[in-house]
Amino acid sequence: MSDTVIQVNDLSKQYRLGQIGTGSLAHDVNRLWYRLRGKEDPYLKIGEVNERTTSSSGEYVWALHDVNFKVKLGEVLGIIGRNGAGKSTLLKILSRTTIPTTGQVKIKGRVASLLEVGTGFHPELTGRENIFLNGAILGMTKREIRNKFDEIVDFAGVERYIDTPVKRYSSGMYVRLAFAVAAHLEPEILIVDEVLAVGDMEFQNKCLGKMKDVSEKGRTVLFVSHNMGAIMQLCQRGILLKDGKLVVDNQIKNVVDYYVNKNNTTGHKIEKNIVEKETNQFIKIYMTDDTADIRSEYRFDEEISIRAELYLPKFSDSLELAMRLIDKHKRAVFTIHEKLVNHFNGEPVIKLNIKVPTKFLTPGHYSWVMCINHPGLLLYDLQDDIAAFKILETGSDFSRYQGADYGVVFVDYNVQKIDN
Amino acid sequence: MQRKGFQVIGHETIPSDAMNKTKARLPEDWDIILEPKTGFFNLNLKEVWRYRDLMWLFVRRDFVAQYKQTILGPVWHVIQPLLTSIIFLFLFGRVAKLGTDGIEPILFYMSGITIWNYFAACLTSTSTTFVANAAIFGKVYFPRLVIPLSVVISNIIRFGIQFGLLLVFMIVYAFKGVPISLSFYWFFIPFLVIVMAGIGLGLGIIISSLTTRYRDLALLLTFAVQLGMYITPIAYPLSFLEGTKYKWLININPLTPITEAFRYCVFGEATVKAGGLLYSFVFMVVSILFGALIFNKVEKDFMDTV
Repeated sequence: MSDTVIQVNDLSKQYRLGQIGTGSLAHDVNRLWYRLRGKEDPYLKIGEVNERTTSSSGEYVWALHDVNFKVKLGEVLGIIGRNGAGKSTLLKILSRTTIPTTGQVKIKGRVASLLEVGTGFHPELTGRENIFLNGAILGMTKREIRNKFDEIVDFAGVERYIDTPVKRYSSGMYVRLAFAVAAHLEPEILIVDEVLAVGDMEFQNKCLGKMKDVSEKGRTVLFVSHNMGAIMQLCQRGILLKDGKLVVDNQIKNVVDYYVNKNNTTGHKIEKNIVEKETNQFIKIYMTDDTADIRSEYRFDEEISIRAELYLPKFSDSLELAMRLIDKHKRAVFTIHEKLVNHFNGEPVIKLNIKVPTKFLTPGHYSWVMCINHPGLLLYDLQDDIAAFKILETGSDFSRYQGADYGVVFVDYNVQKIDN
Repeated sequence: MQRKGFQVIGHETIPSDAMNKTKARLPEDWDIILEPKTGFFNLNLKEVWRYRDLMWLFVRRDFVAQYKQTILGPVWHVIQPLLTSIIFLFLFGRVAKLGTDGIEPILFYMSGITIWNYFAACLTSTSTTFVANAAIFGKVYFPRLVIPLSVVISNIIRFGIQFGLLLVFMIVYAFKGVPISLSFYWFFIPFLVIVMAGIGLGLGIIISSLTTRYRDLALLLTFAVQLGMYITPIAYPLSFLEGTKYKWLININPLTPITEAFRYCVFGEATVKAGGLLYSFVFMVVSILFGALIFNKVEKDFMDTV
């Protein structure tokens, strides 16, 4: 296809684990010996899938394994995956800081990458000198930088400090200046990795706006982020990497959905053996959904459930399950007192499922405080800050205000115009 | 195509109606192909040229940043060789009483130090290209060769300053009755400087490439540079070793003919043979070619092993 600007064919990248020392010298010599005889590299065969949490005996792992995809001119592609899925390795290859082990990438046009802003800033040089140096590192010529100089200074908002060494800058100013330089690059293909994690809210919005501009001008953007809201806003298409393999390549919404639903293997969960037989206590608490799987992340428009299994050897009619939802600042969002007598049928174990309505909690981190309460008498098994979960920003009304404290609930309000 | 801001290499965005006409050029019309194996000798000097602004900015950075927050600033460029010359004058001239081919001792030592400093600086700074710049190299792509080239250039400026100091001293001594030998040989100096730089650059990038994986060589280097000075006629003239059994050691050193020729150009007094200079030149060409070859191989994926 002629309008394909990036074509990735069977791309793989292998890394060696552990340290380089005399041990690796033996491998190098062995590899050279194989190559001199015209044979294949013996170590390419023994790579393992990159599953970083499990330990293995192998010394080589595949950070990327047989990845294939294409990007068309003007497309904004979101790249999603857990830490260690191979996103950064992919970007490193695309931005030419390393080469593939096997496979091939073909690119049309100039590539510029914002893998980390402020690359090559020299602390002793002034803001002005660093704009030129950094711009040139990113591929601009002196003349181009001079033409854009005022725009860059303006965008960063550091006019007063432009002749001060950047080591005297506040970290915010430093990052703003660095991003401003990068944002004024005009390559055909822009690679962006998590730069939005920096700066205050106003600046983040500026950055998002700038990236939108770039894509609207018909340039191709590859965007890596853990911020699903920003990804859903900016990208049309997405790819999901898992353990070095490309798992999904589809419209961004589908990819995010898939990612959110499958990314819940690490849900917070309490599960314990009954230790003291004679007291009321929780056996299991975990976050879930209709499918009863353990979850820890939800889209903002998804139903949220919490499951609790209680062991009640000392049942009493006034016992209640007390639950309080707290936000990341440990502020109470709401509290529930559920009379357990409604659910008790003589069996000491009760399993309960509590549903929280959809579009109720705003994106953010939450957790629960739970106990079994005998009002005015006793608290059994107080569990503080458990079953943590996260509501993802997947395109709510608040996605434009990311970083702002806009409260923890959505409200279904009603506005009426009053005529005299 | 000159888009605002960026120059595209060899590729143009073709409107869809024009596409049919150029079908022969498509679809293998890629600008960059990233593959595990690349050409044996693919230095891409065109790309280096396109990044020439970056090269100058690195030169500027090296120069400006080095003496920031010092009171004397660039004066340090002069103080260092001056102090070294005085120490040499004392050690080799007064204590060891080595001859100077009849050249005024302070000028003799200063000339040696000037040219040796240039070589040593080129070699040691380019030899850390990969390791010292790993942070930048890991984030953005630009032709890696820009860094060693900028080092060589910024050292030329330092050489210029030190050479200026030497000239000042020659003029001062001219008033004291040490005549300056002006001859057309002075025009030969730039050539010597280039050969010196070339050897420094060539060896530097070889060492730099070899030390990305195993650092052992880098540890050896500081030691080697120190020793190197003693087997180069810096603190003594070549004629001093005439007839001794160590002469071969000095003769296989490709820096010897350059140092001697440099003194000959400036003072009209040294041991110079055309064969020796040719040897230095060939050594430079070979080391640069070999250096470029392995640099080219290493720069692609050194980030994985550095």
